[in-house]
Amino acid sequence: MEVYLWAFLIGGLICGLGQLFLEYTPYLPGHLLVLLVVSGAVLSALGIYEKLIELAGAGVTVPVSNFGNILAQGVIFEVKRDGMIGLFRGIMEIAGGGLTATIVIGFLISLIFRTKE
Amino acid sequence: MINLKKTGDTVFFSTTPRIFSSFSVVGKKEGRGPLGSIFDYISQDSLFSQNTWEKAEMEMSKKAVQGVLDKTNLMPEDIDFLLGGDLLNQIVVANFVARHFQRPYLGLFGACATLGESLFLGSTLLDGDFGDQVIAFVSSHYQTAERQYRTPIEYGDQYPPWKQWTVTGSAAFLLQKEGGSVGITQATVGTVLDWGIIDTNDLGGAMVPAAAQTILTNLEDTGRSPGDYDLILTGDLGIRGRDLLRKLLKKEGLGELDNLNDCGARIFAPDQKAGSGGSGCATSAVVLSSYYLPRLEKGDLNRILLVVTGALLNPTTSLQGETIPGIAHALVLERMVD
Amino acid sequence: MPRTLKTEAEEFRQMAQPQNRTPLRNFLVAFAVGGLICFGGQVIQEIIMVFGPDKDTASMIVAIVLIVLGGIFTGLGWYDELGQFAGAGAAVPITGFANAVVSAAMEFRQEGLVLGTGARMYSVAGPVLTFGVVTAFLIGLIRALI
Repeated sequence: MEVYLWAFLIGGLICGLGQLFLEYTPYLPGHLLVLLVVSGAVLSALGIYEKLIELAGAGVTVPVSNFGNILAQGVIFEVKRDGMIGLFRGIMEIAGGGLTATIVIGFLISLIFRTKE
Repeated sequence: MINLKKTGDTVFFSTTPRIFSSFSVVGKKEGRGPLGSIFDYISQDSLFSQNTWEKAEMEMSKKAVQGVLDKTNLMPEDIDFLLGGDLLNQIVVANFVARHFQRPYLGLFGACATLGESLFLGSTLLDGDFGDQVIAFVSSHYQTAERQYRTPIEYGDQYPPWKQWTVTGSAAFLLQKEGGSVGITQATVGTVLDWGIIDTNDLGGAMVPAAAQTILTNLEDTGRSPGDYDLILTGDLGIRGRDLLRKLLKKEGLGELDNLNDCGARIFAPDQKAGSGGSGCATSAVVLSSYYLPRLEKGDLNRILLVVTGALLNPTTSLQGETIPGIAHALVLERMVD
Repeated sequence: MPRTLKTEAEEFRQMAQPQNRTPLRNFLVAFAVGGLICFGGQVIQEIIMVFGPDKDTASMIVAIVLIVLGGIFTGLGWYDELGQFAGAGAAVPITGFANAVVSAAMEFRQEGLVLGTGARMYSVAGPVLTFGVVTAFLIGLIRALI
């Protein structure tokens, strides 16, 4: 199935372009990730991110830009359904899953493992 | 009008303070380097049996000071002044070492040039007859430096090949008014120079202008030419910084220097993946203590110019868009035959 | 007076440009590693979907799996090696986000669980959260007002 090929190509391209960003600008990885998240949210609002997911699947859901996508999807869905209150309630709706996992695993790993040299 | 013992920025000591003895402590990686076996104490444990990195560095630095006391059969009470520093905020490592030894203490910060500051001030205290015996000590530690200046140790950021590796090590030097065979005859105090390097992974490059400035100032103040020194030894410019310094000094009219080397370029082997070489206060300290002082004592070298270099930034200034200022202090070390 | 150098600062900065950059190699490695992680994510997603879950749910499960894996490799001390090797290829996928949080959590354990780990585990990854939420909020606001 060609989604596998596109997942590799598009995912790889996002990372490759990210690498060029780090090579040729004085910006740090933190800046790159913020750029990706914000782009993900904007592309999501414009309906473009959905189309990318259809084409490349994990190629666009694995990079951190997807975080922006699901934050935007969450808020748009809730605002459509509940109006202004959705603005606050909706953002974490889908993203909550990944965030919870990250915080919990962060805590657990810090209990079990020590920093290596 | 008193005649000052100073020409330009260079101090001329009237008595010659002596580096009587020294003791070096290093970590595993340094022990595996090309100079490996010559260090006084090599630890296989970067934590030095402590439970935090900072405590490890304190333990290591304590070992160096105790080491030089043991080597010379002295007690802490015999020492008039303790002069020390390190790379951490508030120079806590040096402070806690001083807490242990309970002697009059001056904490110094010159980033990786701190050794130069401590040897210089120790020499002036002796030359002015303010004391007989002074210990100058410095330390640096890979993990404590990474924690403070960069990102978490397990974070997967990518270092460019010109970045240097902070040396885990400490050395303590016993300075006396007489005895021993290495003397400090002159010292040039550096002026901060910032030529706009903004890349915090290129500290070697940032310090090169200051090193060049101090070397040229020393030559002018002492009336010497580069060949009057058997060796011009910089602290931690690294391989890249050393080559850049050579180019810059050539441009400044000193010609092609073949007696220029750098402690950071010597402490690690290319296959140890240490980028451009070692950096940190300990680089110049441990390499001087265990490699170059013995060569001076033996007569292999007679007069060297030790040029310690420091990058005077902190994490906040880089976030605020500031460039990296550098400083370099030079000490003339000569073999004494008396 | 320190001896003033004849060379100008700008000249020096030109001289000091690193000669050993490898942007092409770095691009290709980032591409390959990032692409492989995404490919791996696709494989895991397809496997999960065999057991029933729809695409969206499967996608979230993949995210959690990758976060857990990223966390474990960080704990084992392997992720920083991957980062040094692949640069953005390790930082951009969600595993990189997990690495940022987990590495900080481990790092500051020395200062205690509450004020060390608890407070500072977000120090590297925090911006992603802040800017993601703020951008989504603005998007939602625009949507609500149109």
